[in-house]
Amino acid sequence: MRKYLLLLIVLIFGIIIISRLFYLQVYNTSAQISSENNAIKKKFDFPQRGFIFDRNGKLLVSNQPSYDVMVIPKNIKEMDCDTKIEFCNLLKITEDELDNIIAKARIYSPRLPSVVIPQFTKDEYAYLSEKIWKYDGFYIQKRALRDYQVHNSANVFGYIAEVNQTIINKNPYYQMGDLIGKAGVEQEYEEVLRGIKGVKYQQMDRFNRVIGPYKDGIYDTLPTNGKDITLTIDAVLQEYGERLLVNKRGGIVALEPSTGEILALITAPSYDPKLLVGRERSKNFTKLYYDTISRPLFDRVLQGEYPPGSPFKTLTGLIGLQEGVIDINETVVCNGRYFYGGRKPLGCHHTRPPLSMVGGIAKSCNSYFATVYRRSIEKYPTPQEGMDNWRHHLESFGLGNYMGYDLPPGKKGLIPSANFYNRWYNYPTYKWYATATISNAIGQGEVILTPMQMVNFTAAIANRGWYYKPHIIKKINGVDTIPSKYTKRYNTTINPKHFDPVVEGMHQVYTEGTAARLRIPGIEICGKTGTSENYTKIGGKRVQLTDHSIFIAFAPKDNPKIAVAVIVENGYWGSRWAGRIAGLMIEKYLKGEITRTDMENYVLNGSLEEEYAKPISGKPFNINY
Amino acid sequence: MIGSRGNKQFDWITILIYVALVSIGWINIYSASYSASATSFFDFSQIYTKQLVWICLSFVLITFILAVEAKFYERFSSIIYIVSLLSLLGLFVLGKNVNGATSWYFLGGFSIQPSEFAKAATALALAKYVSDIQTDLKIFNVQIKALVLIFLPALIIIPQPDPGSALVYIALIFPLYREGLHYIYLLLGFIVASLFVATLAFGVTWVSFGIILIAGFVLLKNKKRKPNFFKYGIIVAACIGFSVSVNFIFENVLEQRHRDRFNIVLGKEVDTKDIGYNTNQSEIAIGSGGWTGKGWLQGTQTKGKFVPEQDTDYIFSTVGEEWGFLGSLLVVLLFLALIIRLLILAERQKSQFSRVYGYSVAAIIFFHFFINIGMVSGLLPTIGIPLPFFSYGGSGLWGFTILLFIFIRLDASNYVNR
Repeated sequence: MRKYLLLLIVLIFGIIIISRLFYLQVYNTSAQISSENNAIKKKFDFPQRGFIFDRNGKLLVSNQPSYDVMVIPKNIKEMDCDTKIEFCNLLKITEDELDNIIAKARIYSPRLPSVVIPQFTKDEYAYLSEKIWKYDGFYIQKRALRDYQVHNSANVFGYIAEVNQTIINKNPYYQMGDLIGKAGVEQEYEEVLRGIKGVKYQQMDRFNRVIGPYKDGIYDTLPTNGKDITLTIDAVLQEYGERLLVNKRGGIVALEPSTGEILALITAPSYDPKLLVGRERSKNFTKLYYDTISRPLFDRVLQGEYPPGSPFKTLTGLIGLQEGVIDINETVVCNGRYFYGGRKPLGCHHTRPPLSMVGGIAKSCNSYFATVYRRSIEKYPTPQEGMDNWRHHLESFGLGNYMGYDLPPGKKGLIPSANFYNRWYNYPTYKWYATATISNAIGQGEVILTPMQMVNFTAAIANRGWYYKPHIIKKINGVDTIPSKYTKRYNTTINPKHFDPVVEGMHQVYTEGTAARLRIPGIEICGKTGTSENYTKIGGKRVQLTDHSIFIAFAPKDNPKIAVAVIVENGYWGSRWAGRIAGLMIEKYLKGEITRTDMENYVLNGSLEEEYAKPISGKPFNINY
Repeated sequence: MIGSRGNKQFDWITILIYVALVSIGWINIYSASYSASATSFFDFSQIYTKQLVWICLSFVLITFILAVEAKFYERFSSIIYIVSLLSLLGLFVLGKNVNGATSWYFLGGFSIQPSEFAKAATALALAKYVSDIQTDLKIFNVQIKALVLIFLPALIIIPQPDPGSALVYIALIFPLYREGLHYIYLLLGFIVASLFVATLAFGVTWVSFGIILIAGFVLLKNKKRKPNFFKYGIIVAACIGFSVSVNFIFENVLEQRHRDRFNIVLGKEVDTKDIGYNTNQSEIAIGSGGWTGKGWLQGTQTKGKFVPEQDTDYIFSTVGEEWGFLGSLLVVLLFLALIIRLLILAERQKSQFSRVYGYSVAAIIFFHFFINIGMVSGLLPTIGIPLPFFSYGGSGLWGFTILLFIFIRLDASNYVNR
């Protein structure tokens, strides 16, 4: 025993040491990560973010340099009083503020750089750069910011902002302080626009100093600049649309029906994209974000869901024709009321004479389309089958679901299904019939659409039965194609021959119908007015507000070049605001100039602010006058 | 006749392991102290060049050690011991302070650390004393004398202060045990060490509870033999008393830096910045080596000089980072092979003097090896002692070379005598 004790201990302890090493080196891999974190530092070269152009090659968004004053707290030398005051004057801050900033930077890290004051302009930089050498520990760092060439289209562009922790955790490409597109095309085409950062791997020492490239730089990469993109937006039309919507709430969206290209996408109220650049960015953003009354960050074209109102009658008509439940020449008697079941009748502003399809659309006869709708549903043995078949037709127009356009925000809208009503009426305990859903016929009831969906079905009608998915990308520099889903044609379930009477009806809207006074000389426009009832809650009570003014249109009648959907919230008659705006947009796009200056003046000078103030005024108010 | 000249049979296995360890050690010192700014290989301000000189000189030294008659070491052991004690004491007058410890003499550009040589001297003196015919380790007085012999140099070294180097002398208990010291000393040592660690880790209350539990368990098992309850009571009381006093010493006598070292190893404190920085960085360096390491001169932690004192006490972290688990394993196995070889050789010595000395050499190298790698890999608290044959430093290299080769010389005489 005496002979072997030490030998035994040596062996046991030897095994302990080997196990410990095995654990550290092989089993537990956290040290590898720690080692990379503290010994190798990645230094990034930021590429130039891609520019954004409009469809005619006009530069919309470029970059501008911005200069941040940085500090490495460890390198600061004690400043005497005069120097400090001088320095603070230079930065336009107080001494206390400077002390605060430095204290915060020191807490973050004494050795790593922190921002003192971000985003000085070029002029300020010129002045600063001459003086900054006097203050040890401070230096100026250049960064690229967005430079907007226009004051509009904020909803289209989106904005860029520093990444937050959630994004960093999700996507390892981004580091603290990196910029990322946060909305609009900046977000949608982030990976195209941003390019690829270049990386230099540097060997660090224990004092966090660079002592040379890691492995002689064999892993280093150069930055790849972001690609420029061309949008389908027409900058002139876009700018004009924004002017038309001043002092109104709503949206305008215009498509080129033959391609699905978005010509203009305007939401109001909006904001100048320049507000979200520079030192005032965060202040401005907070202001926009918390404006819950006019909601400037809310895109009314893409996110706003509205009852479509009368423009929806075109679809009701098309489905009726496709289902063969009405002949185009058959007329329906209307007495200003449509009676169904024992309920109160569906009112109609039109009275006589009895109308067929073309006239029904032109005069927007509720009774006619209620009849067609009811027949379309009742053609099937059960209302459930009828409803689902009806929905199937509408889905082929891109309604009732996300549309797949290349902008981040979106809403599905609602095209009710049989199940929807089964739940609603607690089927089979209680039964429901086509008449219970009759309001759908005229675009009220349960149907809701976004303006983008409205313009899409308008384009499909303009094309007599097919459409391309709306998209905003026209060209990516250096890439031959845009995503293939935007070059694929989608057919509706409606036979092309059924479109002619509907198009004719929409044409007569202008010649003798609800928009007769909005005619534009020299352009054959087809359109449809809409006046949609809407409600809000005031103090928990459902209160009706002035109707939304809605209009859809395309022109010219043959070989259409533009389709437009316009909504002006609480604008009352479709022809009053939306109709005028749609006409002006079409004239602007097709002619480049405005002949109906009377209409233009009416819109440009008109304001609905008074209307919008009603529900928040706390006083009783009248609507629809 | 013992120690006669003639056909010397040096143990080549030991010598080869020695050469291997010193070579591997130098390669790692080169990497740890490498800097791109060095102008030439023969720049004598560079640590690796200096160490290479020490290594070359150590071979001259070896020639001398092997040339001297074996009997010389036995005969002059007392004198060597006394000279070594005097050199340690002399530090209090003439020593220079380096890094807070007065452990060095400066002689014309060289620094010498006498504590590195005192180990061999103490081992020699111990071997001499124990191998004396009149020495019987069963006698209490003899035991005390042997312990005084061992711990006298340690007592001088502690206040320098260099507790790490002093700690190594505990290793010499093992040769004493081999030669007949009662096992109770080892057991006592083991219990003291266990109680010490347990008290720091779990606190007095739990340790006391554990002691009573164990005592009760043993009592139950020995029920038939009519145990002496009084004796049990005394032992339990002594253990608890020790635990309480450890706690008291730890909290009130030790300085905060010592407390920190223990707390970090015991996992009671997580600290990667101040006192725990060394251990943490060392663990990262070793751990980042993976299976096969990053390659010679490719260690990012080593290059960035993240591990302090990496060329001396923390040299093994370079091995771990650049050569990985396989390289570390090789080094560990070389050390184990050396120690086991020494034990085998010691056992076959005819003279008790050689055997005790051989055992001492094995025990000292083992202690250094285990404490150093244990510290570097975060198993043990920070105890500053070098890794034999590896760590940078002439005194250390020479001290271990002398320690080892005196035994090789003694062993060679053994053969002649067969």
